[in-house]
Amino acid sequence: MPLNRQPNIPDADGFYEELVASQRDLSDDQADMMTAKLVLILANHIGAREVLSEAIALARSNTLAGASSPAPHHE
Amino acid sequence: MQQTYTSPEFAYRQSEEQRRGEMRRHPVVIVGAGPVGLTAALDCARRGLKVVVLDDNNTVSVGSRAVCYAKRSLEIWDRLGVAAPLVDKGIRWQVGKVFFQDDLVYRFDLLPEPQHRMPAMINLQQYYLEETLVEACAREPRVDLRWKHKLIELQQLEDRVLLTVETPDGVFQMEAEWLIACDGANSDTRRMVGAPFTGQAFHDRFLIADVVMKANFPTERWFWFDPPFHRGQSVLLHKQCDDVWRIDFQLGWQADPVEEKKPENVIPRIRSMLGPQAEFELEWVSVYQFACRRIDRFRHGRVLFAGDAAHQVSPFGARGANSGVQDADNLAWKLQLVVDGAAPASLLDSYHDERAAAADDNLGHSTRSTDFITPKSRSSLRLRNAVLELAETEAFARPLVNSGRLSRPTPYGRSPLNTADESAFAGAMSPGSPCADAPVHRGGKAGWLLGALGDGFTLLGFGTALDQLSVGGVTARALNVGTDLTDDTGVLAERYDARPGTVYLIRPDQHVAARWRSFDLAKAEAALRTALGH
Repeated sequence: MPLNRQPNIPDADGFYEELVASQRDLSDDQADMMTAKLVLILANHIGAREVLSEAIALARSNTLAGASSPAPHHE
Repeated sequence: MQQTYTSPEFAYRQSEEQRRGEMRRHPVVIVGAGPVGLTAALDCARRGLKVVVLDDNNTVSVGSRAVCYAKRSLEIWDRLGVAAPLVDKGIRWQVGKVFFQDDLVYRFDLLPEPQHRMPAMINLQQYYLEETLVEACAREPRVDLRWKHKLIELQQLEDRVLLTVETPDGVFQMEAEWLIACDGANSDTRRMVGAPFTGQAFHDRFLIADVVMKANFPTERWFWFDPPFHRGQSVLLHKQCDDVWRIDFQLGWQADPVEEKKPENVIPRIRSMLGPQAEFELEWVSVYQFACRRIDRFRHGRVLFAGDAAHQVSPFGARGANSGVQDADNLAWKLQLVVDGAAPASLLDSYHDERAAAADDNLGHSTRSTDFITPKSRSSLRLRNAVLELAETEAFARPLVNSGRLSRPTPYGRSPLNTADESAFAGAMSPGSPCADAPVHRGGKAGWLLGALGDGFTLLGFGTALDQLSVGGVTARALNVGTDLTDDTGVLAERYDARPGTVYLIRPDQHVAARWRSFDLAKAEAALRTALGH
């Protein structure tokens, strides 16, 4: 099954509110860590290797294409 | 330092050919008397080849080198008759633990499957291994081991290699029909041949401290990410024999290797790990960095590269020495058949095909482990730490924890020597795979399959009455399960997914060449020809 790129979450506004709210009292570092964990938890739930590759590629290309993305910097 | 072990000094002897000033041609010359060169020498000799081994030194390896030897290497050494003293002396272990900061996050067991003759892994200082192999070579009349012989020049000719060798008595020349270069990661032979050795260098430094202590740690591999006693870095602990413990501290690229080696800097690091009351003495200290690289081709004409001379990996996963021993195992039988004229020289190209694929497999695992252990960016560090934190409570995250994937033999699934399956088989014994061991009975005595297979081609039949098979002077011996040996436990049939009539053709290095659900002479002959490189 290919990556589903059509709307698929019932109660989209409620989901988004919950996601944002879950990070409200976290520091930036904690929020970044939480997001990383969420990615891993969801990736494991999906499991299908090709779907994951497609999702990774989409996230990356969308980031690189984003006009407002800051250029990568090195520390 | 180095109190538990004194390196032997082996006697240099001038060879007769140098003394008499005679040019002699040898079928096989091996450069380098390390674990890989000595294993290759023993395997060649066992197959009837006379070999000369040249080593520029006159002792075994000094200090901390290889530590972990995996089941497959032990099985190869068992075939060569040298495994018993190694297993007796070595430290057996199969449990690994991974810690993140203060917590145990993951525990693994290397060999949950019982009914194997050899343990999953032993730890043994490299010098003990080399001593055992040197002693075995001394007992083997076909091995001529020459210390203080340094190869300084080589010239490839049509049918031989001309070697210029330096000894304490000066320089002389000798000829080799085939040269096996086992002279390590900084191989001079590779430089002389002009072979590229490319890959990825890792910008990190590691401190190895071997310490002597009476400690209560269990015999397990312990790996820490970011522990309280060494913040922001990794630490690895392994037990070796003689109460010597290997501690490997990641230092970071900025560390000064000269300063870090000084005992006044090493001792506080160890003390903060072991506690203020721990009693220990330093046995050996070194600082290293590493690269993951391989040679372009394992065969350059009549020069064949094996071990670190052909591939270099990170130490995480014990894939250096173990893969080198498998190189030797792969090469010796092919070389013998080519030298004896029983197989075309092109059989040696399959040495490259099979072992370069294995090297790439090892390099891939080793690079992935290194990237997990030393993340290269803030975001990869965050993902790594997310995996480690999740692993503590979440089973799904544990397979992502990578503190080194420990050496397992690479199946030669795409080898040109394989004959593809015609029928369906379950399990792991597909063509190109190393044969799994299994308990068997022979003549009423308990034994093991790998011991029964021996060093030649074998037709292993289940409930069959096969006769041996010959192609162009090469014979595959028949081994009928049910008569020649029995499978009382059923483990053998299970591991090989065997039914009555199933037949396997097994190579001299105990890898599967072909298999069928029933025996067909013409197909078996064709498979043997294919396995001989025809």
